[in-house]
Amino acid sequence: MIRRPEPVQVVKQRRDGALQALVNQVPYIGFLGVHFDRRGDELTAVLPYDDKLIGNPVLPALHGGATAAFLEVTAIIELAWAILWDEMESGAPPEALPPVRLPKTIDFTVDYLRSGLPRDAYARARINRSGRRYASVHVEGWQDNRDRLFVQATGHFLMPSREG
Amino acid sequence: MTDSPQDRRDRIARQFIAAIPHARALGMELQEVGEGRAVIAMAHAPHLVGDPETGVIHGGAVSALMDTCGGAAVMAHPAGPIGTATLDLRIDYMRPATAGHRITATAEVYQMTRSVAFVRAVAVDQDDTRPVATATGAFTVEWAKEARA
Repeated sequence: MIRRPEPVQVVKQRRDGALQALVNQVPYIGFLGVHFDRRGDELTAVLPYDDKLIGNPVLPALHGGATAAFLEVTAIIELAWAILWDEMESGAPPEALPPVRLPKTIDFTVDYLRSGLPRDAYARARINRSGRRYASVHVEGWQDNRDRLFVQATGHFLMPSREG
Repeated sequence: MTDSPQDRRDRIARQFIAAIPHARALGMELQEVGEGRAVIAMAHAPHLVGDPETGVIHGGAVSALMDTCGGAAVMAHPAGPIGTATLDLRIDYMRPATAGHRITATAEVYQMTRSVAFVRAVAVDQDDTRPVATATGAFTVEWAKEARA
């Protein structure tokens, strides 16, 4: 017997709700003002420009620490989202899933390619390896042009244990 | 009034921090400056929390502290650079910081060349025998035009 696909709004609402709940639990993400655009399972992190993100007022340029934090947030949410996605799409009702605990950063290396301009920044993370305990993630950050990265980073993360 | 090298370092490093909006937004406070060395503290605040379960500060805020501290150490170097920017920064997170306690970072320039400053930094909380995080970084160095032809 063929099961009718769920109405698109129901699917969207479930996915967006799960993503929002994940992001909203972290106060520091709110402080930076980062939000996530979702296309299917693909996430793009957005860091809207704010004066408090400036590190060099003369140029002016974004603070290297704010940029690093933005990429680290992107990596952590991408990893947590990947865990959540698999469970959510397996058909389990979202309220039956245990809350996702966030991966912990082991190390994070940021490569500053050019200075961050005083405007919005975007980032996407790619999970290069995700095992039971450890994950390795690469993140790219850009501003006006997708092909002109202003920063990239690689980090290792300790994955949360996932018994329900 | 004469401006001793220590006074000059102090003044430059203090101005460096005060002029950085992001450092102010995170509540960073300069504690100490020496030759190519800086100590900066960051108080615990609810909006800096990264893990709501434990109340531990987000790694990103620690990165910002390390980055700022590294830059301040470069600015405090006796060779007298007039500007710096981070080229590369690696942070190792050794253990979660104790919730509710402030974090203090100490950065040191261990090698200065004409174009690059190599920096090491360590961050601790109230237990200064076990680092919360360590960092190594490479920073660009800008000189006044007439100072280095």
